[in-house]
Amino acid sequence: MASSSGSFTSNARKALADAELQRALQNVRRGFILKRETAVETLPEFDRLRAEARAIKDHTLGHLDLYLEAYEEKVNESGGKVHYASTAAEARDTVLALCRAAKAKRVTKGKSMVSEEIGLNAHLEGAGIDVVETDLGEYVLQIRGEAPSHIIAPIVHLNKEAIEVDFRRAHRALPSTRKLKSVPDLVAEARAVLRERFITADVGITGANLLIAETGTSVIVTNEGNGDLTSTLPRVHIVIASIEKMVPTLEDASTILRLLARSATGQEMATYTSFATGPRRDDDPDGPSAYHVVLLDNGRSEMLGSVFQDMLRCIRCGACLNHCPVYGAIGGHAYGSIYPGPMGAVLTPALQGIEHARDLPNASSFCGRCEEVCPMGIPLPKMMRAWRERDFAKGDPPLRQRIALKVWAYTAKRPLLYHALAGAIMPLLAWRAGRSGRFSRFPFGKSWTKTRDLPAPEGKTFHRLYGKAKRSSSS
Amino acid sequence: MSSPEDGGVTTDARNRIFARIRAALDVDPEDQSGHRVVADRLRRHPRGTIPLRARCHGEQAIRQFADMLTKQGADLSRVANPAKAVGAIGSYLGSNNLPPRLRMGADAVLASLPWKEAWDIERSFGPASPSDRTSLSRAVVGAAETGTLFLVSGEDNPTTLAFLPETHMVLISAADIVGSYEEAWNRLRSIYGSGALPRSVNLIGGPSRTADIEQTIVRGAHGPRRLHVLILG
Repeated sequence: MASSSGSFTSNARKALADAELQRALQNVRRGFILKRETAVETLPEFDRLRAEARAIKDHTLGHLDLYLEAYEEKVNESGGKVHYASTAAEARDTVLALCRAAKAKRVTKGKSMVSEEIGLNAHLEGAGIDVVETDLGEYVLQIRGEAPSHIIAPIVHLNKEAIEVDFRRAHRALPSTRKLKSVPDLVAEARAVLRERFITADVGITGANLLIAETGTSVIVTNEGNGDLTSTLPRVHIVIASIEKMVPTLEDASTILRLLARSATGQEMATYTSFATGPRRDDDPDGPSAYHVVLLDNGRSEMLGSVFQDMLRCIRCGACLNHCPVYGAIGGHAYGSIYPGPMGAVLTPALQGIEHARDLPNASSFCGRCEEVCPMGIPLPKMMRAWRERDFAKGDPPLRQRIALKVWAYTAKRPLLYHALAGAIMPLLAWRAGRSGRFSRFPFGKSWTKTRDLPAPEGKTFHRLYGKAKRSSSS
Repeated sequence: MSSPEDGGVTTDARNRIFARIRAALDVDPEDQSGHRVVADRLRRHPRGTIPLRARCHGEQAIRQFADMLTKQGADLSRVANPAKAVGAIGSYLGSNNLPPRLRMGADAVLASLPWKEAWDIERSFGPASPSDRTSLSRAVVGAAETGTLFLVSGEDNPTTLAFLPETHMVLISAADIVGSYEEAWNRLRSIYGSGALPRSVNLIGGPSRTADIEQTIVRGAHGPRRLHVLILG
C-alpha cells in the first residue's frame, strides 16, 4: 500500500492549513456523529449486543484455524474455491492469476479496504487489465489518482465543486453545457458512466464484511448496489478478504450486522446486505459461473495471541474515525496510511512495522472516545500506548524526546521531589503570566503557542488544594 | 487450495498461515475438544439477544415492517387479495409514467396472480437486461425488525431483477413477515436445509442510495431509484 505515514507531522500541518479540507471535514461531525447517536438511542439493547459481538469474535479468533477449515469445506461444497495468501504480494499475484485464467480484459470492483491494503489496482493495471472502481466515492478517487481518506466514506475530504472538475476532465463525452452543480447531478453522471462498465466486465472483485463458516458465505454491506452488480453480472466473482472477517453462524452475523450500520452511518441497516455462496447453480439464470475467495493474512496471524489481538475484532465501521478529535482536525490522508484514525493507528504499525508508522499511535490525546463508541469494544487507547512503549523500548524516538520523557519519568516516580518541584514552579508561572493568565510565548512550547496561548497555572498545585479542602472539611 | 490458475502458491501459503495461527493460539490440531466446540456451535447456531422490537408477530410485525420500509424511502401498498395486487401494480406504473412492461422470474405465487385483469401489462420472463425498466420479484421472507426483504436467487426470482432496472417491485405475503433476522434464517433453513444457502440471499431495505458526496443522501446510485413493496393479505 502507498504509505507516507513517516511524514505525519508535515502532512498534519498541511491539512490544518487546507481550507477546502477543513470545510469538508465539518460534514463528518454533522453527518456521522449525530446519526449514530440517534440510531444507538433507538435500540435499547445496543450495549448488550456489543458485549455479545465481542464474545463472538473472541470465540472465533480463539478457534480461527478450525473455523477457517469449516468455512473452506463449505465453500468447496457450494462449488467455490478458497485461495490463501500469506502476504500482500501473494494476494496480488493470486488475483492476477485468476483474472488471467478467466482471460479478463475488464474488471469491476466493489469497495474493498483489503484491496487498497495490498495495492491491487496498480498490479492489475500493470498487467494490462482495465480496472474500474464502482463505489461512487472510490470511483472519484480513481479518476483523481488518490487514496481513500476514510474507511467507509472515502471522499469525505472532498467538496462537490472539486468532483465536478474531475468529471469534466475524465468524462470526455460529457457536453460542457450539462449541469453538474448539484449532488444528484453528479450521482446521475457517475451512474450513467459506470452502467456500461458493469455490463461489459469479465471479472467482478468485491471485499467482504463478514465470512460465515456455517454456510461458506461472504457478506457485503452497501447502500449503492454497486457491490451486487459487481458480484452478479461478470462471469467470475473474486472475493478478497482478510482471515479475521470470519464468524461462525448466520445468527452471529446477525448480531454483528445489528451493530455495523448503526455505528457506521447511523442507519438501522444498510440498504443492501448480500450473502454470496458459491457460483451460479444449475437452475440459476444469472450470477457468476465461478466464485473464488482469496483469504489474506498479511500480519494478522502475528497479532493473534499478542497484546494486539483485540484489534482483530474490528468490523471497519469507522466510528472511531468519526469521533476522533485528531481525525476531525486533519482528515484521513495526513495519516499516510490506508487505515487512518485510531483503528489505523493500531493496525498500520502491525501491518507495516512500528518503525514505518511511529507517529500514528502518538497522534492521539487519549480522550477515549474511540473506545467508547467502538461497537466491538476494542481498547484502542491501550493498544496505542502499547505501540508507544514498544517504540520507546526499541530506542527509536529522537534523543530530545527520550531525554524529556526520562526526566519526566524520574520526577513522576518520586512524589516528594515531584511535589517540591511543582510547588515551586506553579506559583512562579502564575506570577510570570500575571493578570492575563496565559502565555503567548513559552520556552520549548513554540509549536503550542504559535497557534494559541498556553493557559498558565493558577498558582497552587492540585495536591495542595486537595489537601487544604480535606483539612477544612474534616475540621 | 492450490489450483493450476494460481500456480500452486496458495497451498504453501495455507500451510504457513495455519502453522502461524496454531502457534499463536498454542493449539494442537489433533486435539479434539476444540473440534467439538466448533462443530457444536455450527450445528446449534445459538441465538444472541433478539431486540425487543424484533419480538413481534402478526399485525404488529406487518405494521412495523411497513413503517420501517417507508422510513427508508420505499413506496408501500397493502393489498387484501391477488386481484388488488395486480391493480396496485398497474396504478403504480401509471402514476410514475412507466411503460406497462414488467420483467419477472418463474415464481409460482407471482404467476398465480390474476394477470388477465391487467391485460395491458406486458410481462416477460428471465433475468433482467440493461434495457428493462421495471421488474417484479417476490420476497420469501421479511424481517419487521428493520423492514428488511429477503430475496433469494434462482429461476423464480433472478438476482439481476433487484439491481438493474430503475424501478423494482417486490411482493411479499403478509404471512411471510416475521420479527427478527433469526426467524428469517430459520425460514431459509427450512427451504434449503441446515448449513446451506442459495447462491445469493439479498437483504434489501429500500431503494439504492449514496451519501458519498458531502454526506448528502441521493437515491438511485447504481441500483433501483424506486422500490415498491406490496404486502399481500
